[in-house]
Amino acid sequence: MANNKQQGPPKKPLTLTEQVMQQKQAYDQKAYKQLADSVKPKNNVLVNAINAFWVGGTISAIGQIITLMFTANGLPPKDAASATVIVMVFLGTFLTGLGVYDRIGKMAGAGSIIPITGFANSIVSPAMEYKREGFVFGVAAKMFSIAGPVLVYGFIISVVIGLIAYLIS
Amino acid sequence: MSAPKRIGKSTVQFSNPPVIVATASVVGPKEGEGPLGKTFDMVTQDSYFGQESWEKAERKMLEEAVKMVINKARLKPQDIDVFLAGDLLNQTISANYAARTLGIPFLGLYGACSTMYESMAIASMIIDGGFAHHVVTAVSSHYDTAERQYRFPTEQGVQRPQTAQWTVSGAAAVLLAPAGNGPRITHATIGKVVDAGIKDPNDMGSAMAPAAVDTIVRNFQDTGRSPVDYDLIVTGDLGKVGHTIATKLLQQQQYDVSNNYNDCGIMIYDHERQDTHAGGSGCACSGVVFAGHLMGQFNNGKIKRMLGVGTGALLSPTAIQQGESIPGIGHGVVIEML
Repeated sequence: MANNKQQGPPKKPLTLTEQVMQQKQAYDQKAYKQLADSVKPKNNVLVNAINAFWVGGTISAIGQIITLMFTANGLPPKDAASATVIVMVFLGTFLTGLGVYDRIGKMAGAGSIIPITGFANSIVSPAMEYKREGFVFGVAAKMFSIAGPVLVYGFIISVVIGLIAYLIS
Repeated sequence: MSAPKRIGKSTVQFSNPPVIVATASVVGPKEGEGPLGKTFDMVTQDSYFGQESWEKAERKMLEEAVKMVINKARLKPQDIDVFLAGDLLNQTISANYAARTLGIPFLGLYGACSTMYESMAIASMIIDGGFAHHVVTAVSSHYDTAERQYRFPTEQGVQRPQTAQWTVSGAAAVLLAPAGNGPRITHATIGKVVDAGIKDPNDMGSAMAPAAVDTIVRNFQDTGRSPVDYDLIVTGDLGKVGHTIATKLLQQQQYDVSNNYNDCGIMIYDHERQDTHAGGSGCACSGVVFAGHLMGQFNNGKIKRMLGVGTGALLSPTAIQQGESIPGIGHGVVIEML
């Protein structure tokens, strides 16, 4: 396939029969995929989008209310933002622990994955799940199995953007 | 040298068809609430079954099912010559650890969700070959253990697509013997691995349907039968998507199965009420539906002859991440009340 470019002995050229077989297989698989796609139930995009919109919007509105409450009580805007993140992460974690967040996610999809509460959910859910495999190789090792890529690429992008900002200024 | 018990290209015909003496099924609460809930021998209160982890719960379900089937046949574990079992977890731990508890000579199997029918086919060969008297075959699967191994942690807030299936929590055991009362296994058609190029692990019905159809058609050709010769043709866990595709593929080959073809993944849940999307899946899906509902149908005389095809998606998360597609397999077993 496309992926075996590395190691191994150089490939022998295919005989004509093998080539015909391969092409026939590719053709059959394509025809089959068309049949399967015609049968599959479609996701209801409109309903999903509406649910994602209002749930995501509600989470954001709650975040905004919390920020306003912090600033009204005298916290500077920058600190209020950090404090809000802490509260939202707590809420996401708490709802995951209660077994509620996966139900919200089932309905809202990206509406509850994108906000920071979803990020908390993606860290806490494997941590809870792998507790039985111990605290080192279970909880700690598996905690970032889903959030890890987000962190890695988030850090890389922030470094790149930082470099661009430095070069421009 | 030709093999005397083979007919056609790939079917075996047993000269003394082994008898299904007893079956037992244990399921989780969701399956107990489903339309077949009353046909199962035991429904657990929760997904933990009194254990501290889901893996241990699955193992205990398997052990209970095996003990129950041996009891039902009024035998003791020492009377069982061979125990054949498998499950979905890495290194088939449910089967291995259950065998550790039971202490019966053990052959571990892996055929993904087709393992129930795979084990019944092999057990029949062992018995008809004269290598064993009593053989127990068993399988298990568990929604939570399968989710965490194949997909996401269970508390992760993700949306399941409409093609996704719900892994059945439960275990089934079947006790076979050369003689006794009960339906007999007359033929077995061993499945070929068929790869239709499907890569979506949330769409196993499409991945398995061509393998099931391949086995069904070979069974018809080898036995000289047609769909009307069976009261029921039943696949393991193709679900709604795979069932529709299989029906269409058989139609293309001029076999009309619209009246007598069903799928255990469709039968086990009430899909609207239980939110199971395309249907049930897992080793236990075909296992408990056979051990509970279908055995009941045989005993009531509602069905006299069925072709059961255990379907397995030979899915590996590692292979999928490396860009491979999902191969499927289907093992066919003909069961008949003689």
